[in-house]
This record gives sequence, structure tokens and C-alpha cells, in this order.
Amino acid sequence: MPDFEVVSLPPADHIEAGEVAPDFTRPLVTTEYWEDRSLADVVDGPTLLVFHPMDGAFQATYLYNEIDDRGWAADIDVLGVSISTPYEHKRLLDTRGEGVRLFSDPGAEVAREYGVEHDIDGMAGITECRPAVFLLDADRTVRYVWVAAEHPAFPDYDELDGAIGDLIG
Amino acid sequence: MTEPAITLYRLQACPYCERVVRVLDQLDVPYRSRYVEPMHSERNVVKRISGKRSVPAIVDAETGVTMSESGNIVEYLERTYGGTAGTDAAEASVGGDA
Repeated sequence: MPDFEVVSLPPADHIEAGEVAPDFTRPLVTTEYWEDRSLADVVDGPTLLVFHPMDGAFQATYLYNEIDDRGWAADIDVLGVSISTPYEHKRLLDTRGEGVRLFSDPGAEVAREYGVEHDIDGMAGITECRPAVFLLDADRTVRYVWVAAEHPAFPDYDELDGAIGDLIG
Repeated sequence: MTEPAITLYRLQACPYCERVVRVLDQLDVPYRSRYVEPMHSERNVVKRISGKRSVPAIVDAETGVTMSESGNIVEYLERTYGGTAGTDAAEASVGGDA
């Protein structure tokens, strides 16, 4: 047995493939500014919606490193969601996530709506997003989904890359 | 969703921006807010649209006007969207920005 603990997360009652991704409005942060945008308004083609732990957590950092390495944002719209504030999102976009835009969901209501919320042990009062990816087509129908079942966890990047390839043809 | 004609570039809690917001609300003019950073060096978008890094700045897609400095903006809004001119004329002469 390894002498470290991978934390199992409780089962998530999350949005499934085939469902329409619920609409929401939150500040959407770019490298230049943020403004309230609705998901329905922003999605106009294949879109990768990425829920992730707070900006600064290593899981968020590694996710965007991988997204950058694979250059997904050049092929489809990549939208992140975390509980971090717009100011923190701007810092993240200064260093990684090229071409990515980030929704700020400090109350984690969007995370709850998607069934990917996570109460963090030892940080009283903080509910955040567990890592999850929803690949959407232009109609916001979910075509591929992955939600973390343990902590830490990362999506199967090759599988996701294949799903993106299938979607954009 | 129809986008409002006016885009307001603003800084959180900036009194000059709030002044423009107050006038927009008074005149019942729809607008969307784009928030920028306190650091001037982080405001390239404002520089690009208005030529300066100061906020508030507005872009009015309806009239093609781009403008900064709250006094100028207030005057413009009242002239363009106010029924009666000059209600805030005294204040308008005292411009400012952040």
C-alpha cells in the first residue's frame, strides 16, 4: 500500500452526455476585461467547458498546462469555471490558458447546477468545483463528459482529444 | 440576446465610473459593463478603444461615439439621451477619471 491517501469523492449526480448543458450567467474573464455573459450567448460552436479547483491549486495549473500543450483552444472554444474571482482569473490568464476564457462562480452555484460541487475538507465555508469536463456541440448538447471521482484526478487527455477530434471532424 | 448599444469600461468602485452609471440609470439607457483592472498598465483594451487608459470610457455603437472622462460622458449622455439638455451642466464641467 502506498502511504498516501487519494481522497474518494462522493458520487456526483452530474449532467450527463446527451443532456443540454444548463445555461447560466457569470462574469466571463478574458486577458483584457470581464463582463457578464451567459453560456447560451457564448457557445456558438464546439466548446470545451472545464470545471476546475481554485486558481492556484496545482490541479488548475496542470489542467491549463495540458490544454496549452495540446493547443485545444486553437481548435475549439475553451471555457473554464472556478470559484476564483475575476482578478484571480486575470492572473491565471497572464501565465497560461492561451485563448481560454474563464467564468467566475464564487458561490459555486453553477458547480452545483452541474452536479460537480466539492466541499473542501479543512477550508470552512468553501465549496468549489471538482475537476470535470463537458464537451458541448454548437447547440450546447453534451457530447462527452468526465467528472473526477477522486481527489486529485485528471481527465483522460487522449480520450478527450479523441472526442474533440470526433466533434470537430 | 440583444446587446445594448453602450459598452461602459469601468473600474470597480471608481467614483467617476459610478457617476456615469448613475446618469445611465437616470436616463434609463441600457448598457453593458466591462470591468478592467486598477493598474493602468493592465488596461490595453481601454487604450485601444479610446486612445487613453483612463476609465470610465464608453463606446456607443448606436452613434459610433467613443469617449472618456466622466464629465464629457455625462454631457454626451444627457445631450443624446436626455429629454431636456443641461440638467447636469454645472457638474459636467468638473471632469475626472481614474
